[in-house]
Amino acid sequence: MDKFTTFTGVAVPLRRSNVDTDQIIPAVFLKRITKTGFEDALFSSWRADPEFVLNQAPYQHGQVLVAGSDFGTGSSREHAVWALRDYGFKVVLSPKFADIFRGNSGKQGLLTGVISENDTERLWSAIEANPGVEITVDLEARKAHLGDITVSFDIDDYTRWRLMEGLDDIGLTLKNETDITEFESKRPAWMPKTLPAKGNK
Amino acid sequence: MTVKPLTIAEKVWNDHLVVKGEAGAPDLLYIDLHLIHEVTSPQAFDGLRLAGRPVRRPDLTIATEDHNTPTLDIDKPIADLTSRTQIEALRHNAKEFGIRIHSLGDIDQGIVHVVGPQLGLTMPGITVVCGDSHTSTHGAFGALAMGIGTSEVEHVLATQTLPLKPFKTMAINVEGTLRPGVTSKDIILAVIAKIGTGGGQGYVLEYRGSAIRALSMEARMTICNMSIEAGARAGMVAPDQITFDYLKGKPHAPEGKDWDDAVEYWKSLVTDDEAVFDEEVFLDANTLEPFVTWGTNPGQGVSLSDVVPKPEDYLDANDQAAAIRALEYMDLVPGTKMKDIKIDTVFLGSCTNSRIEDLRSAAEILKGQKKAAGLRMIVVPGSARVRLQAEQEGLDLIFKDFGAEWRFAGCSMCLGMNPDQLAPGERAASTSNRNFEGRQGKGARTHLVSPLVAAATAIRGTLSSPSDLVGN
Ligand code: SF4
Repeated sequence: MDKFTTFTGVAVPLRRSNVDTDQIIPAVFLKRITKTGFEDALFSSWRADPEFVLNQAPYQHGQVLVAGSDFGTGSSREHAVWALRDYGFKVVLSPKFADIFRGNSGKQGLLTGVISENDTERLWSAIEANPGVEITVDLEARKAHLGDITVSFDIDDYTRWRLMEGLDDIGLTLKNETDITEFESKRPAWMPKTLPAKGNK
Repeated sequence: MTVKPLTIAEKVWNDHLVVKGEAGAPDLLYIDLHLIHEVTSPQAFDGLRLAGRPVRRPDLTIATEDHNTPTLDIDKPIADLTSRTQIEALRHNAKEFGIRIHSLGDIDQGIVHVVGPQLGLTMPGITVVCGDSHTSTHGAFGALAMGIGTSEVEHVLATQTLPLKPFKTMAINVEGTLRPGVTSKDIILAVIAKIGTGGGQGYVLEYRGSAIRALSMEARMTICNMSIEAGARAGMVAPDQITFDYLKGKPHAPEGKDWDDAVEYWKSLVTDDEAVFDEEVFLDANTLEPFVTWGTNPGQGVSLSDVVPKPEDYLDANDQAAAIRALEYMDLVPGTKMKDIKIDTVFLGSCTNSRIEDLRSAAEILKGQKKAAGLRMIVVPGSARVRLQAEQEGLDLIFKDFGAEWRFAGCSMCLGMNPDQLAPGERAASTSNRNFEGRQGKGARTHLVSPLVAAATAIRGTLSSPSDLVGN
């Protein structure tokens, strides 16, 4: 995972609330065996509509999504986060996120910042007045800047620390590398090993 | 200095602590054995590739193909494209990351939870994980064995550890002697009916008591296998001489001095007399009868000699609502004798009941008998080796003479991911572990049973126990 300090990218106004994970990525895409390449699956039914925001030229390379309340509700599929990430999104701002979605996002390096309803509205208006405008997200200060607008967002200290350090769960565990190696050196000789393979006698 | 008395689960946990979690953080536990299959691993390997990470311990990892594999024509390419792609992905990943794999056609291929014990890789006192909920099976050896999700599979591949939150402990005490025709499957179905499908949530169960001690290893595996159906994190049985005898001489069992050291340690893996469980449950083995399910979750079960219950029999409003829905799905009328329920298909298989003892016990009943008219029976051994052994013992001939289909090893009709499925409305007596709506096929109806009940049912055509066959 890359370290996240500040990030600047095209802002996308998603004027919808209660965007559930079935909308973010429909179940038919769950049969895939890869963890990447889900960009085409993102909001796939909505994208069939030419009017949908991501189908409009200035937003096609969007990287910061500003969404309505209750984003990411529904099933626990991690694919929802993979789809947003693969499309190019680095940040989602919303007044409220579903817990599991937020947890999964943290694991995959997608920043989810909670902003007020009022600030959401302000950002939407500012973006729509200037489609394609970039927004700068400063994780250290927990602030987002768009033109002369500055909004504060919430993120818990632990997730913020992990994102700033660029640590996913595995990265975090690997910080204990010395402990793991030491533990391994003390394992009894009788413990099972799959290699070299032994057959029946 | 006094040492705090511990349960066996706590002992194994403590012996695998790499880092103790501070201030509410999870403990980091070392994983001794990681089992892999085609369905839950592809994204984990993809994650490794994405992050440029290797598999830390290929020598503690083993893969087998089971969930998707066909049980007929295994020498031909797999017809279903999704299944074939998943299998090919597993083969490719195993090769790329240096992991041992037992593919379709290989003598050690089979259901992941049958293969581990059969190779002697599953041992007392180790930690075992697999991206499959029935990993609890391995707890029969006194191992701490847990099912995990795909992200955790990736975590274990990369680090050979897992951050885990502490658990509570529950003793399941089963005292007495089982009557003839009653098996460990009946014990576990009765336990689940008693504590409910959520009753074990957050717990590691320890099966104890004279009835458990008397069981063979394979029968203990059947019990631990279904711990997950009670919602538990894991299930365990303390290892004893039966465990050691079963392991001795298996391909990967320790030898020489290693064996002696291991046994010495394994003998310490008993719950201390003074240890206190968070919860205790008692079951009388003496009065237990063959147990079967009537509904759509494994907790909806009754004695075979009983009748289909009325929703009003349940005190809890949620249970009542669940019963109404289940009766409708199962197309059953309250008050119907369980033994009057007519069965279309009998499935003998799955990681719950597909080992050699299961096949032997069913074959003994079927020998010289005739299959009920119109009924279909399929027998799917848990592994290629179990199949071979059965053929050496002539069990395959008994099944075929009886009119049953003799298949190649895999999960098969347990979850119907391969072509072995029930038709809508079809009713099965199944030795597997889940009777959820649609589990064995869309609209399919499942009654969970023991191998003995499965065999007797195949003869009579209605749910039956071996004792109903007297005079047949
Ligand atoms: S036999 Fe059934 S329960 Fe067992 S691993 Fe296969 S699908 Fe899962």
